[in-house]
Amino acid sequence: MVAIYEFVRGPLALISFAVFFVGCIYRIIWYVKGLDWRLDRVAYSTQRSLGIKGAIRSLFHWLLPLNRTTVNHPIFMGATYLFHLCLIIAPLFLVAHVVLIEESWNISWITIPDPIPDYMAMVVIAVGVFFLLRRLTNPDVKIITDGSDYLVLAIAVAPFITGILAYHQIFDNQLMTILHILAGEIMLIAIPFTKLCHFVLFFCSRIQLGMDYGIKRGGAHGRGIAW
Amino acid sequence: MAEEAKTQEEKPQDKRPLVSRVPVKDKEMLDLLLADRGVTYYEEMKKFPVDTEAFKKTLDASCKSRIRTWLKICAHCGMCADTCFFYLANDRDPKQVPSYKIQSTLGEIVKRNGDVDTDFMINCMDTAWGKCTCCNRCGMYCPHGIDMGVMFGYTRGLCFSQGFVPHEMKIGSGMHWIFNAQMDVTVEDYVETCEWMVEENEEYYPGLTIPVDKVGADIMYVVNAREPKHYPQDLAVAAILFHLAGESWTVPSKGWEGTSLAMFAGDWACCKQQVENVYAAMERLKVKRYVGTECGHQHRATITEGPYWAGRKSGDPPVPGLHYVEWVLEALETGKLKLDPAKKIKEPCTLQDPCNYVRNHGLTDVTRKIMSYIAEDFREMSPNREHNFCCGGGGGMNGIGRYRKERNIGLKVKRDQILATGTKFVVSACHNCWDAIRDLEEVYKIGIKWSFLKPILLEMVIVPDHLKPKEEEEGANE
Ligand code: HEM
Ligand code: SF4
Ligand code: SF4
Ligand code: SF4
Repeated sequence: MVAIYEFVRGPLALISFAVFFVGCIYRIIWYVKGLDWRLDRVAYSTQRSLGIKGAIRSLFHWLLPLNRTTVNHPIFMGATYLFHLCLIIAPLFLVAHVVLIEESWNISWITIPDPIPDYMAMVVIAVGVFFLLRRLTNPDVKIITDGSDYLVLAIAVAPFITGILAYHQIFDNQLMTILHILAGEIMLIAIPFTKLCHFVLFFCSRIQLGMDYGIKRGGAHGRGIAW
Repeated sequence: MAEEAKTQEEKPQDKRPLVSRVPVKDKEMLDLLLADRGVTYYEEMKKFPVDTEAFKKTLDASCKSRIRTWLKICAHCGMCADTCFFYLANDRDPKQVPSYKIQSTLGEIVKRNGDVDTDFMINCMDTAWGKCTCCNRCGMYCPHGIDMGVMFGYTRGLCFSQGFVPHEMKIGSGMHWIFNAQMDVTVEDYVETCEWMVEENEEYYPGLTIPVDKVGADIMYVVNAREPKHYPQDLAVAAILFHLAGESWTVPSKGWEGTSLAMFAGDWACCKQQVENVYAAMERLKVKRYVGTECGHQHRATITEGPYWAGRKSGDPPVPGLHYVEWVLEALETGKLKLDPAKKIKEPCTLQDPCNYVRNHGLTDVTRKIMSYIAEDFREMSPNREHNFCCGGGGGMNGIGRYRKERNIGLKVKRDQILATGTKFVVSACHNCWDAIRDLEEVYKIGIKWSFLKPILLEMVIVPDHLKPKEEEEGANE
């Protein structure tokens, strides 16, 4: 057990971080290289300032809940903003994680005091269950759902379930800790390869559509599209 | 040898296959298709094979990271469902969820790398033209910024390259190849129509001209082929308004048509040659600006998308391109056109925002400002501006017989939007929307009237004294 623990904590952690970073960077390069002003019909390079304006607008209105979809679907969109906020903040600023990283690589940053991340993890799980139920019951969502949706939901939520179990010392603590680390590593590795790659491609897609509207579809008329 | 000649001789004309992967570029083929009215055409299509090798090559060359990303990262969250008017009009049928429509067509094509069969392609065609007008509304509401309208435009191109394209769309792009216009109107026909319209109207508007190919004019006016073909009066009114406004203007002979059914058909090569004709006219006539008629997709094809087909890196046409509404507002604001306030529309009226120049070109406030000049009781539809629903007939749908039923169902959304305003009069500065609203009245009989801007402006415009007919003056003196 100790050997396994050492393995998942050491080499496997390094490998998964490497895959995550390299994979994400590769995705961005692949995306940008695949943009084609003629095929996409957007003058990306010659109308740069309109493009940048449009891109910023697009990100601003969607990274914050300032869009019509949030107005029309407050519950789902509220849930998804909450889900993502907790999903990203909790692991990044958890005391235990920051300490671990300081021990390994000698870098550290601010933390959120316990037990707030614990509550955030519960939010992630609760919203995850809401997403799952919605997939199973809403006919509009059901028809577009495939196996990969359940898979990525499981991959996204697993680190939080195991994290809570480990934190509260439920079941065998060492086993839970190993499972928790593994779940986190699976998530990191899965990000570049599954639709979790929206972690970076969301930004690419939103910037692209923002530039499209900014440059071609009306941005030049001074009125940014009313997302 | 002799036998071969004989079979060829005996082969009746109409045995030439109607379905093919190449565009229609000869008159004979065009006539065969027109005569067929789609009957044999769709029968043939059921047996028409998919060229999977060519399909793979097309995908490699044209399906790049933007579209592949959209298909991959779609969260299958369903936020786009109620943004599509087809979904709403079809009682929230899950099969009308934009994400479903694209995943089950283009998504599969990409997944299988083009290895699909005939039935699959017919379903793609029925979805890309029969369940989507490429109005781009869904893309505005998707959290990821996934634009199904753009993807269906692309899918149409794929379908076209494989020969799976609605009958009227095949004919439409054929018309553009042969006549450089969406209808069989030649340059001579057009110029004659211009002359005819001047003859008809100069008595009432002395000095009225439609200057053809005048080099160095301020404005080059470009029309929709339907106008010379079916509504020549529209051309006359345009001329009268330019005349009264004192504009220096011209119409080109070659390059007179600005619409592009090729865009709806997904025939990109044809789009290029069509728009290059118009650009060539701009350059030949050395005009300062372009003004297009009251047509949504003409503006989209010639001003918004056209520069890219023509390979113009700036994304701009050779000279600034105005939609008719932009010219009208400018003429009203600068006082070139003066309207009689007493003649303002008294009854409550509403305005159709065409996706093609509102959502997709930001001309949002222009039409509203015009309404303030012409209407006393203007009432907005809800939703409006960029968020407006498609009229129900866009993307070529009005013209496709195969999807008439689907179109008529889709019209319900616009019908209810109009009814909710409580008005009986709809102003629509777009040919397609105008048609859809006319058909809406025909199908649902809600008792509305509808109009382009030109006839309304003609009713209200104040004719400056020096442009009034002489007889009237003499008559007054007597
Ligand atoms: C800053 C980074 C991120 C942004 C901007 C972002 C944005 C989005 C958006 C716009 C959606 C679609 C709407 C929705 O279904 O809620 C979505 C869905 C989703 N995201 Fe993210 N995301 C990010 C990072 C992540 C990460 C790191 C994960 C997990 C590893 C994740 C997991 C999910 C899941 C599971 C869904 C689908 C929810 C469902 O089942 O409906 N996201 N994300
Ligand atoms: S709203 Fe966007 S991400 Fe959600 S299902 Fe529709 S296309 Fe996919
Ligand atoms: S582009 Fe318009 S018609 Fe097509 S799926 Fe989207 S909302 Fe529906
Ligand atoms: S017909 Fe009118 S409303 Fe419909 S897509 Fe075209 S411009 Fe938009």
